[in-house]
Amino acid sequence: MRRDILQKIVGFLVMVLVVGMSLLLTACSPEGYVLLEPKGPVGLSERNLILTTIGLMLIVVIPVFVMTFWFAWKYRASNIHAAYTPRWSYSGPIEVLVWLIPSIIVTILGVLAWTSSHNLNPYKPIDPAVPPLRIEVIALDWKWLFIYPDQGIATVNQVVIPVNVPVAFEITSDTVMNSFFIPRLGGQIYAMAGMETSLHLMADKPGSYFGENTQYSGLGFPYQHFEAIAKPRRDFDKWVAQMKKSTRTLDRHSYSELARPSVRNPVTHYSSVQPRLFEDVMAKYRQDGMEKTPMQDQRAL
Amino acid sequence: MFGKLTIAAVPYDNPIVMSAVVFMALVMVVILGFITYYGKWTYLWKEWLTSLDHKKIGVMYIILAFVMLLRGLVDAVMMRAQQAMAVGASDGFLPPHHYDQIFSAHGTIMIVFMAMPFLTGLMNIVVPLQIGTRDVAFPFLNSVSLWLTVSGAALVLVSLVVGQFSTAGWTGYPPYSELKYSPGVGVDYWIWPLLISGVGTTMTGINFLVTLLMQRAPGMTLMKMPLFSWTALCTSILMVLAFPALTVVTALLGLDRYLGMHFFTNGGGGNMMNYANLFWIWGHPEVYIVILPAFGVYSEVVATFSSKRLFGYTSLVYATIVIALLSFTVWVHHFFTMGAGPNVNAVFGIATMIIAVPTGVKIFDWLLTMYRGRIRFTTPMLWTLGFIPTFAIGGMTGVLMAVPPADFMMHNSEFLVAHFHNMLIPGALFGYLAGYAYWFPKAFGFRLNEKWGRRAFWNWLLGFYLAFMPLYMLGFMGMPRRMEHYSNPEWQPYLLVAALGAFLIVIGIACLVIQLMVSIRERHLTRDLSGDPWDGRTLEWSTSSPPPVYNFAVLPVVKDIDAFMDMKEEGVAHRGQAGYEDIYLPRNTGVGFIMGGLSFLFGFAMIWHVWWAAIVLALLLLGMVIVRGSVDETEYRLSASEVEAIELTRSRVQEAARTERPPPGPYAPSLSSQV
Repeated sequence: MRRDILQKIVGFLVMVLVVGMSLLLTACSPEGYVLLEPKGPVGLSERNLILTTIGLMLIVVIPVFVMTFWFAWKYRASNIHAAYTPRWSYSGPIEVLVWLIPSIIVTILGVLAWTSSHNLNPYKPIDPAVPPLRIEVIALDWKWLFIYPDQGIATVNQVVIPVNVPVAFEITSDTVMNSFFIPRLGGQIYAMAGMETSLHLMADKPGSYFGENTQYSGLGFPYQHFEAIAKPRRDFDKWVAQMKKSTRTLDRHSYSELARPSVRNPVTHYSSVQPRLFEDVMAKYRQDGMEKTPMQDQRAL
Repeated sequence: MFGKLTIAAVPYDNPIVMSAVVFMALVMVVILGFITYYGKWTYLWKEWLTSLDHKKIGVMYIILAFVMLLRGLVDAVMMRAQQAMAVGASDGFLPPHHYDQIFSAHGTIMIVFMAMPFLTGLMNIVVPLQIGTRDVAFPFLNSVSLWLTVSGAALVLVSLVVGQFSTAGWTGYPPYSELKYSPGVGVDYWIWPLLISGVGTTMTGINFLVTLLMQRAPGMTLMKMPLFSWTALCTSILMVLAFPALTVVTALLGLDRYLGMHFFTNGGGGNMMNYANLFWIWGHPEVYIVILPAFGVYSEVVATFSSKRLFGYTSLVYATIVIALLSFTVWVHHFFTMGAGPNVNAVFGIATMIIAVPTGVKIFDWLLTMYRGRIRFTTPMLWTLGFIPTFAIGGMTGVLMAVPPADFMMHNSEFLVAHFHNMLIPGALFGYLAGYAYWFPKAFGFRLNEKWGRRAFWNWLLGFYLAFMPLYMLGFMGMPRRMEHYSNPEWQPYLLVAALGAFLIVIGIACLVIQLMVSIRERHLTRDLSGDPWDGRTLEWSTSSPPPVYNFAVLPVVKDIDAFMDMKEEGVAHRGQAGYEDIYLPRNTGVGFIMGGLSFLFGFAMIWHVWWAAIVLALLLLGMVIVRGSVDETEYRLSASEVEAIELTRSRVQEAARTERPPPGPYAPSLSSQV
């Protein structure tokens, strides 16, 4: 009789689990789940890491669910047939087990955390043999400026990258702290004034991907997103050539115009950029670079 | 004359704020009217506001927590409603500036002015009773702590009416919170409540640390101390060690804002990374300050309502200590994305995961306490049963985010929001509510209504899953937190479900309010004169409910972990006591209340730059300290004969109740028929 109930409960739980997982998987198939459908190697590794960790943790979580419902049902006060040991409060082997199993899982996860932190270190070039495309990113209120130092061009709220070419984003902020994130390509990193962080990403499929700031930065924060467009190499080169035809240029003056707080900035292209603009933006906040740079007073707008 | 304060500081033009103000004013008028109508002002002043009795201070803390819970809930509902609507062309019903204040206020209130008072209230009511002592070590300090906390909470509430609250989130990250980017009074309305109540909390920590170490009943060694007291001890240690970091970091931010210094500014040598480190050196232990007492409640509840000894007491104690120690070694996991190297990130990530081990041990020990027990599904037990699996999910997502590269994807997203609510709602709030239902009869002498308690639980539980599981999904969809508006329509269905969940939680809280009203009205039905309504195991159940002002006429002698159960089994639980002696108890004093009031005014003056008033108030505060310091007679004496007189009537009532309802032996759970 009791075994019957037990079997029913276990059967029910298994059913719930199966239905739940399949619901979850179908729910995960739409395009909306950007983290689960990465378009680049970094994003892919990070997604696999997430799924592996969840899988390992389920080894503990599922028994907790089963034990909670099973024990609560079986040892309910009205079930006077169930065993009752009011003074039983210690068992050496069980104690060892409850410390050991979580420890083993955490050891495995710890190794995973260590290796993945090094493999997916945002500062680490994706392929040391291939020189990456350099893009300097400046977070502004409330838009993103992308400077291509080697191409001498710049864009606002849009970044175009070639497919299958590693990209090195060098990131700073000319305002409060922001966080630079292109979910399809891989994890985020903060943008902080006077400091440079970097992020190595690569797209392996052409397409247009959503990019955003995830760190609240004021009134325009919800609108501070951009488009990351991955194009085949040849199309990318064409795009660069086309950019060169733009009439806008980014110099000290137009930069200070741009740096003013604004919301929903249109995508803007610049055919040329004042050299060392990125370094100047950083220098104006730096203690060691306290000598007056041309950019120093521009934030006082 | 009035610094920055002008009449324009009151937002007359904002209908949402003004209707809230009118509502709050009406509630206040009704409450004050009732007090006047029933002529209770003297009673209120003499018996409550000036009381140094730990039980009354505890009750006042919990009243504060409930008031702030309602305010935080209104914030939460407004955020969920805004996010359910504000997609694409729709702007929702909240202006951005208002929404940003709401998410900042919600976090600040729920952590610092709901969770902290709630757990401090529970500790106040329970700890001295549970360790068999007559009061906390420093009763006056206790009163000061309470009123400093109240004054901090009042400042946050006032920001709604006069001026504005911070928009920098509950973490107040600079440089955004610096004068350059947040020039208004908002951030100051965040700094001063934290400073004032933070001092109060530090003193609470000292108070309970000393109480727990020095005032345990004879025979109660540390390893015979009940689990709730153990978690209270660890929480007190964390309070003492962690809260000064908060005080320092908010004070430094204040120096930047008030005196033009450059600790965390952009430029001028400031660096916000220092702020992030200092803030989370408080912020992470704070999570455990909030959660550990709830773990203590669960430990008490699960043993009592399984009618069984707690499984693995020693393991649970060590797990608590390990969690408390490790809580200081993980703060960097709040900003893995700040660009630290892989070694730093990995070390802090692994330290974070290690906390999952003692936490897992706790979960299994509670489950094994249920194993071969006789489980009574009372409201406190339901909260516990809801907590265990739900918390396991939160633990899973927490370990997930402890892997730095996984965190790169999840950081600052709705997934993170779901995760920490998943820890704090089942992990802390459910525990407090379990403790509230469990110890309510101890504090007031009657039980809470079970039916409305169960309704509250189911609405809360279901509401929790509906409100936060969609947020996990939204994290996978790349939605950041703190969005007042968004353009991706794919997110909206999930936010609609989350809004529905928030609605269920509102019903859950409404059930709690109704439960309280029904329970008071029908208190004759659930009256408990025995002092031991649940067949309890620890010392607080040995005295009557509510306990006499001195708690124990003769201090109990402890021989076992479950001291009271041990006495009941030995048949010595209610043996007549003899040899009463004089008892010295703290005299009531209004100094704590006045200091709270002065601190509130001082904070207000500082926020609005009313320098002359701030100086006067600071001197008055100092004066109060001197006044109190020169009072010699801080205690009064209850003579042995008075104690005996009280004890005779008290024990007669208690005995009568016990014989009327035969003492529930350990093998016959008394409530199984009722629930």
